[in-house]
Amino acid sequence: MTPLLRRKLVVVTGKGGTGKTTIAAALAKLAAQQGSRVLLCEIDKTGDVARCFDSTYLGFEPREVEPGLFVMSMDTEKALQEYLQLNLKLPFVLRMGPFSKAFDFVATAAPGVREILTMGKLCWDVKREFYDIVIVDAPSTGHVIAQLASADSIGELVSVGPLVGQTAWMREILRDPNRTGVVVTTTPEETPVSETLDLVTSLRVDTGSPLAAVVVNRVLPELFVRDEIAVFDELEANRMLLEGMEGFVAHDSDAIFDAAVLASTLRRTQVEHMDRLQQIDLPLVFVPQSFGDGSPSSVLSEASLSLAAELDQ
Amino acid sequence: MTFRDLLSESGVVVVAGSGGVGKTSSAAAVAIGAATQLDRKVLVMTIDPARRLADSLGLDSVGNHPVEVDLTRVAATSNGRLHAVMLDTKQSWDELVSRHAPDAKTSEKIFRNPLYRSITERFVQSHDYIAMERLYSFHKEGDFDLIVIDTPPAAHAVDFLEAPSRMADFFDSKLLKFLVAPSRSTWMSVTSKPFLQIADRLLGRNLLEEMSEFFTLLESMRPGFIERAMEVQRLLAAETTSFVTVTTLEPAPRAEAMALMEELARRGLHSRGLVLNRLLPSYLTSVSAIDAARSVGHDSAETARRVGETSVALKGKEELVEQVLNELSANFDRFASLARHENEQRRGLESASLAVAAVPWFESDLHDVEGLLRLSEKIWQ
Repeated sequence: MTPLLRRKLVVVTGKGGTGKTTIAAALAKLAAQQGSRVLLCEIDKTGDVARCFDSTYLGFEPREVEPGLFVMSMDTEKALQEYLQLNLKLPFVLRMGPFSKAFDFVATAAPGVREILTMGKLCWDVKREFYDIVIVDAPSTGHVIAQLASADSIGELVSVGPLVGQTAWMREILRDPNRTGVVVTTTPEETPVSETLDLVTSLRVDTGSPLAAVVVNRVLPELFVRDEIAVFDELEANRMLLEGMEGFVAHDSDAIFDAAVLASTLRRTQVEHMDRLQQIDLPLVFVPQSFGDGSPSSVLSEASLSLAAELDQ
Repeated sequence: MTFRDLLSESGVVVVAGSGGVGKTSSAAAVAIGAATQLDRKVLVMTIDPARRLADSLGLDSVGNHPVEVDLTRVAATSNGRLHAVMLDTKQSWDELVSRHAPDAKTSEKIFRNPLYRSITERFVQSHDYIAMERLYSFHKEGDFDLIVIDTPPAAHAVDFLEAPSRMADFFDSKLLKFLVAPSRSTWMSVTSKPFLQIADRLLGRNLLEEMSEFFTLLESMRPGFIERAMEVQRLLAAETTSFVTVTTLEPAPRAEAMALMEELARRGLHSRGLVLNRLLPSYLTSVSAIDAARSVGHDSAETARRVGETSVALKGKEELVEQVLNELSANFDRFASLARHENEQRRGLESASLAVAAVPWFESDLHDVEGLLRLSEKIWQ
């Protein structure tokens, strides 16, 4: 099994709000640190991926934000332009205005067009080998199925034309576990885990894309271990014991104990949900909750450190 | 403004925000609160429910027809009533087409067109349009005092606002005319040839013909769609329509919420409520508690020694006690840090004109009507 960051295409997906963008960016950072030339692409044009690197870039042309790490935002119209220039040798007609609007409606109306252009562009970047690895911050859940299945399903409606013939090479890449890996992000909470279980099933059934791992984000630490637990329980049940001692005065004392009870309870709930993930037959990678200054770059640094440890690369 | 005011004075409440912030639960909780506290007859509409929520409301099938939620267990004395409906996009489109088509033959043709299903399912704004459309039709029927609508999740929380006008634009556009009869369109004649060339080579003649037929059929329904879209816009802008934004205080959803409220204001829509979910307890930002926690860690060895002297149960375990005290201190420090960031994120979101509900962590995962009621109590405070 090819290690994740030795593959050519890594697609990161997951329910909105589970840290998908951070994980995609962290994987990219890690790969770049290991010497790879990385293309990090966001599908939904939000600028979130560039923000992880303190950049406000929102363009289709890849921009180097750290040594060897290039970021871009997908633009299906520009992807089409690139495709046409490279493959069909058609004249360069496609500026803004009428074509833009026409494209927009056709791409929206005709099923799979946006998806195939997106996957085509990404597979093209894999094929030409300018980058060692392409990492994709993919749309959350539902849409990503359409993306990954597009090479298969485009044939259903588009029966004639070079686009169909063009997809076999894409399918090859997308189905090869040595070249492609899908990573699903989640947090150890009820709805995200339920949706992860559904998503993994859908990905397995509806696409041939190899699932590589599930990344569980924002995991809280275990507060007390082994013999400490009994000691904490004893102190907590007898808070009066500490009354008057350094730091333990009235409300503050309660706050300190309550914070520990909160942390333990939250952790316990998380563990219940992490256990539900065991039923998927996939490696689970745990990324701890960040307690730093909360800035995108510090969260990113912490995430890539723990991914490095977990992925053992 | 309080949520009580907001809910008594509104006929429509639109609940919006990013995905993953507890929007659907909040919408259900707002609805249940209005039913039980204000004795109103309420409908909650949701298009993307978590399975658990559906179960907790007693909805076991997706359908366009409201089902009553049994409130007798939780609010026996209230005269309010709660109905819930989960919108089915596919069914809704079929009903829309049937309603607007000039005759049955046309609607049949549309249903049989291979693009119909894909356009209505995969059209990016499809869910949004249907949600807005169904809101309007329930409002018009007048069976409910208050309709609470949960909006579909999207990359940008503001997307749903665009849906009705995009629909109207689409029908009115030169582009539609072009797609219907490219050879007769003068506007596009200069650029049409290369476009058709490209489309033809890429997609095949088949697809273009199907699209042409589809849009021709659709054209016959234009007056209905446009008028409807205008009516929906009017309803959204009405004085009795309130928008409630739901968010957590994580940076990404918070930024979306901010952008949403700004956009609502820009459009002259009534942004009246804000629900902040999964908040950390306020004691984590208490200055004295933070100092106290530090000194707990600082003096843990000494404290552990004293505990060993006064407690029979903990005698001989001074080392463990010291470890536990250090951990108590470190834990408080960590969570205080999270709470501090949370408060920073909170600034700028709240304002005097908004009804704000601060919902602590925990109330968000709900299993039944009782849970929803507890959440709604937090919103009412």
